[in-house]
Amino acid sequence: MKKIIFAVAFLIFASFLLVSAINMRTFGDPAISDMDDYFIENAQKETGANNVVTSIVFDYRGFDTLGEATVLFTAVVGIVALFRGVKK
Amino acid sequence: MKGMSKIVKTVANFVYGFIIIFGFYIIVHGHLTPGGGFQGGAVVASAFALALVSYGSVNSQKFLKKDIFSLFESFGLTLFIVLAFSGLGITFFYNFLANSGNWFGDAAVIGTNPGNMNTGGLIPLMNIAVGLEVLSALGVIVLVMAKGAEFTRKKENS
Repeated sequence: MKKIIFAVAFLIFASFLLVSAINMRTFGDPAISDMDDYFIENAQKETGANNVVTSIVFDYRGFDTLGEATVLFTAVVGIVALFRGVKK
Repeated sequence: MKGMSKIVKTVANFVYGFIIIFGFYIIVHGHLTPGGGFQGGAVVASAFALALVSYGSVNSQKFLKKDIFSLFESFGLTLFIVLAFSGLGITFFYNFLANSGNWFGDAAVIGTNPGNMNTGGLIPLMNIAVGLEVLSALGVIVLVMAKGAEFTRKKENS
């Protein structure tokens, strides 16, 4: 019984993945490209940085970078708390 | 971890400074070339890992201090948040220094060019803050875990 449920679930999941893989658009041809065009046109003028990726990461999506830095900080806090009993 | 042989120590002595300089180059040129705070910080932390492996965890405690690293880590994250709040006159994370004409405020040159360091507004400062945080965070992780491995081995031997 369990095996049949697993097989059915696997088939449904695999069919979803296959359908989405077949319907995928060709590379470099996104459905909605307004945001990309805006960044390519205006990022250098607005932020003054030549590296558009950095201008997105640290300016347009700065909040995301704040989250990443906080995740790293939390990881360090967890590791130091885990090894706190270690003496020299 | 005991230190490794004399050959490894000599080569590590030679390469250590260059790796750190290269990492800081990546951090500081984050707004001009590929890379940035996270990547450059990881490169600098790899130099600390090299020192730890070649000299052993006991000897490298003399020049890699965990307290200084954790101080720099908190300082980097705080500097990042302060820089984010400093644009609060308009919005959170507003880049008020870009194209303003003073500090880091030149307009970017568009087209093929060697790059002007004095552009980008808050982006280079944020790169430095994040780089400081990442290099000391990874340094703390490497140091603490090496100390834990040493502790475990001592306990198994006794």
